[in-house]
Amino acid sequence: MTDTTNIDELINQRLEALLPQKLEALLQAREEAKTPSLAIIATKGTLDWGYPPFILASTAAALGWDVTIFFTFYGLQLVKKDLSDLKVSPLGNPGMPMKMPFGPDWFKSMNWNIPNIVQGNVPGFESLATALMQQTIKNNGVASLTELRELSQEAGVKFSVCQMTVELFGFDHNDFVEGMEYVGAASFLPVAQVADVTLFI
Amino acid sequence: MNFDKELDARGLNCPLPILRAKKALGELTSGQVLRILATDPGSVKDFVAFAKQTGNELLSSAENNKEFEFYIKRK
Repeated sequence: MTDTTNIDELINQRLEALLPQKLEALLQAREEAKTPSLAIIATKGTLDWGYPPFILASTAAALGWDVTIFFTFYGLQLVKKDLSDLKVSPLGNPGMPMKMPFGPDWFKSMNWNIPNIVQGNVPGFESLATALMQQTIKNNGVASLTELRELSQEAGVKFSVCQMTVELFGFDHNDFVEGMEYVGAASFLPVAQVADVTLFI
Repeated sequence: MNFDKELDARGLNCPLPILRAKKALGELTSGQVLRILATDPGSVKDFVAFAKQTGNELLSSAENNKEFEFYIKRK
């Protein structure tokens, strides 16, 4: 009886000394073996706001992460076959610098402070701003949205599309690029639940 | 330094240098070296992070007259 108690005690002592180290090592090994994952909700449909989801998704995929983007509401614009009609609006966006992408340096560095009242009332102002932005993107060696989207898909980023908003806005599956999965919130949430990073853009 | 493949990412901006590098590394075999030229100042830190995350080894990183040169060994 005394012997058994002694042995039990010794085992307990030994375990208490060893277990934390062992557990720590196991957890660390599991952490290192795990593929990180990213889940993005893309809700904006403008030329500027189309960039963050595709930049982060393609880069995460390049780092070896599992990536899913859930496109909903205006974010549906980002998976349409033709992205050339995406626009950027400086109206109500005081954070957007209005600079010219051409001409001498002093001209290019000028910030055109155009009042909202003018922006909202001059026909074609948005198209002008969009054309200037597209030129600036080109001048700076920044990829086009279409290119980033293709690179994302090539790298295995999963594209999920909110079926409810497809119907709400009167779109058809033929309006969108190939490789979409048409789902609802109940399909996205479990993906987000286990993701290491979730972003609402 | 010897290299097996070269990637000219000059004039390209974030995240293209990283995406192109990933692609180019995919065309190499384990132990082969990729040389990358870039002008994006953000790429200096980005390639360190990229190497750390992907396990490909960043052999060297240098700047020369606003141009950056990286050597990465495929895992």
